[in-house]
Amino acid sequence: MFYRENGQYKTSYKADQALFPIVQDRIFIGLVMVIAFIVIPVFASEYLFRAIFIPFLILALAAIGLNLLVGYCGQISLGTGAFMMVGAYAAYNLAIRIPELNLLVVFLLAGFVTTIVGMAFGIPSLRIKGLYLAVATLAAQFFMDWLFSRVKWFTNESSSGAVSVPELQLFGFLWNSPVQKYFLVLCIVALFALIARNLVRSNIGRSWMATRDMDVAAEIIGIRPMYAKLSAFAVSSFFVGVAGALWGFVHLGSWEPAAFDVNRSFTLIFMVIIGGLGSILGSFLGAAFIIFLPIVLNQIPAFFGIPISTATAAHLESMIFGALIIFFLIVEPHGLARLWAIAKEKLRLWPFPH
Amino acid sequence: MIARDIGEVILKVEEISLAFGGVQALSNISFDVREHEVRAIIGPNGAGKSSMLNVINGVYHPQKGSVTFKGEKRTQMDPHKVASQGVARTFQNIALFKGMSVLDNLMTGRTLMMKANLFQQAFYWGAAQREEIKHRERVEEIIDFLEIQSIRKTPVGRLPYGLQKRVELGRALAAEPTLLLLDEPMAGMNVEEKQDMCRFVLDVNEEFGTTIVLIEHDMGVVMDISDRVVVLDYGKKIGDGSPDEVRNNQAVIDAYLGVAH
Amino acid sequence: MGALIEVVLGGLMAGLLYSLVALGFVLIFKASGVFNFAQGAMVLLAALAFARFSEVMPMPLAFILAALVMVLVAFMIEKLVLRHLVNQEGIILFLATFGITYFIEGAGQLIFGSDIYRIDLGLPKEPKIILESTFDGGILISIEDLVAAAVAGLLVLLLALFFQKTSTGRALRAVADDHQAAQSIGIPLNRIWVIVWSVSGFVALIAGIIWGGKLGVQFSLALVALKAIPVVILGGFTSVPGAILGGLIIGVGEKLAEVYLGPIIGGGIENWFAYALALMFLLFRPEGLFGERHIDRV
Repeated sequence: MFYRENGQYKTSYKADQALFPIVQDRIFIGLVMVIAFIVIPVFASEYLFRAIFIPFLILALAAIGLNLLVGYCGQISLGTGAFMMVGAYAAYNLAIRIPELNLLVVFLLAGFVTTIVGMAFGIPSLRIKGLYLAVATLAAQFFMDWLFSRVKWFTNESSSGAVSVPELQLFGFLWNSPVQKYFLVLCIVALFALIARNLVRSNIGRSWMATRDMDVAAEIIGIRPMYAKLSAFAVSSFFVGVAGALWGFVHLGSWEPAAFDVNRSFTLIFMVIIGGLGSILGSFLGAAFIIFLPIVLNQIPAFFGIPISTATAAHLESMIFGALIIFFLIVEPHGLARLWAIAKEKLRLWPFPH
Repeated sequence: MIARDIGEVILKVEEISLAFGGVQALSNISFDVREHEVRAIIGPNGAGKSSMLNVINGVYHPQKGSVTFKGEKRTQMDPHKVASQGVARTFQNIALFKGMSVLDNLMTGRTLMMKANLFQQAFYWGAAQREEIKHRERVEEIIDFLEIQSIRKTPVGRLPYGLQKRVELGRALAAEPTLLLLDEPMAGMNVEEKQDMCRFVLDVNEEFGTTIVLIEHDMGVVMDISDRVVVLDYGKKIGDGSPDEVRNNQAVIDAYLGVAH
Repeated sequence: MGALIEVVLGGLMAGLLYSLVALGFVLIFKASGVFNFAQGAMVLLAALAFARFSEVMPMPLAFILAALVMVLVAFMIEKLVLRHLVNQEGIILFLATFGITYFIEGAGQLIFGSDIYRIDLGLPKEPKIILESTFDGGILISIEDLVAAAVAGLLVLLLALFFQKTSTGRALRAVADDHQAAQSIGIPLNRIWVIVWSVSGFVALIAGIIWGGKLGVQFSLALVALKAIPVVILGGFTSVPGAILGGLIIGVGEKLAEVYLGPIIGGGIENWFAYALALMFLLFRPEGLFGERHIDRV
């Protein structure tokens, strides 16, 4: 009743190909923007920014990057953590070695460095598929773990192996408070989400999806598999690299390679699956889900006044997490985004379902 | 029969031999296809028909022999290069992009004509936007031609079989090919769907002048719409000529009726 | 020379353990087309169960009970997970085993505890020196390792026989090729899955006991799955001999690399060397040492 395209006639292909051709969708996005840019900054506490909103946005960005690769191009990657690590360390080295660089430029360059590394690790995808490729990306993970903990140049010879970045300075201002950091991250993530959305509705996005759905047919229609796959690796790595730089600079401040270990890679994959493969919105939903789950799980026993040890809590969390992954794969392999789409379908018909 | 100007030889297949391990899929096959004609390849199951198409558009690389298209001779070529020469194709087991809408599937057919770079696409700006709209218009013409307007935004995975076949033809047409390879476009269809498909194939051939190579099992269809027929059996060519010639060829009759060789 | 042989022997022993875990992967992949990431978690669970049971009862009984636990796990996995994912794509099944991994890791430590437990099989720990006459200083060798090698060898032999000679083994192979087709000729898919996951659990138990006996039973046992993945890549997903040989190659390769290459480029390369090795190999022979070549059809 309230969500439908009836009566919204389009008179040009331009209008029909707009980002959100349906009015209600535009309203929804507008609301989200208002909440993100105005409501949250006004009402949220410092803790919420630090513990939830900032990590959520950055991980959503990484999840979008991963989703472009896995969900849109069908190339599985278990090494996203490693590429975030590359982004973070690239940004670190750029920032301390060339202090004059604008911080945004640092982030972008870190993205480009990650792009190059990501493409290098994407080369095996031209020969191998599926699980084999997953293993190739795992190789990236373990190699990077080693590289950044053993090769001291990358950590500027830091004796502890950990690196820390100076205060965030941009356009002559210090961006120190959580709200400022939140704004910085929000602007970047919103821009990147828009770019991702544009890419997947353009020729390059279609060539990714075609490669995912049926690579032989894609090649026969004229899509070069090498270009499609490597461009997916490139764009994906760029997103992930920027996310890694943000994670290091904005969220952590100081870190060591363990911050980007194989578990980070796995969590990102789950975000993408639970959120929805092949959906930008899903990347946000998945990131939100994974961020909130442990927080909620930790609150429940306290809420009911049941005292449990941290070890027990951790094991329970692991079990519930595992069960939820299985549950999602069985019930809705297309993730939360699919549920959202179904809800919209239902809304179109409501209140007359037949 | 329809009056068309059958032109010069556009595709020439010479002495193609193809083997998988010990299995000889094609041995020493030669035939040609003339511009604007409808050329059928027939033969029993496992005769090597699909393999032949796969050789023509570069999926399989034959051990021996060559393919000459528009005067350019090649022994090995990657499928996307073949596509850029103007060859499009449909498949025996539908090979659509199941996760994408009908419209997007058809748009992939235009991919070779799209030139906007990554940054323009990232911001949906300039050439990227102009191109999207220009090609959308062309694709809409094909949608009208195939009478699939109502399903343009439906994911193809949800469509019934007959419509999927039609969408697949649409995707091939979107590439505006000079040579169209159709692998059993009417398999598994009911009579009405077959009639529709025949009409589309003939219309394509007449209106756009597209040269068509067609694999089909329905002999009635083959005899009706094709100009010349190649007959394969066990990877060998056993007949070649007009539908009438082929119909009366003893070797062909034997192959189809299963007389001992 | 003696030192080199010692390194190789040490590598072979480590490799044998990788092989055992890889074997679990291969069994399940062969019979259900699932790449079971949870194999490492199963090793952990089996070892935990055995270690804790053997604290309160004689070892053979603990062994039987631990094996029963693994059968129960197989049964649950079939009932709660696989049954609902029949005919799904390989990658979905693969990711589902991540869920199984987290669940088993959590449940196993919740039930059996998360400290370090010891398994004492009563084998002599102190190494023996052999071939003193041939090499300067002789070669160190441990009886424990030799017994482990013998057990692993026997296990592989049994499995090979099981797959090749019994009708269950044939049914297993049929299921791997095509779920639907196997069902349609009357192979009881569900039972087959329970059997193969049980067998795989049994292999995990053996691996867990051997490994746990050497290093103590602790969470890091679960991480052995990550070590075994390159082994499977190297050997081919469907090949039992491939898993064995792959494990040995990786075991020896990474020890040699650590000893001879490590000092040059900075040490600690064991973690990625196996992957690099598998990857190099993959680029030249994508189907693995003994895997079957696959032809794309359109």
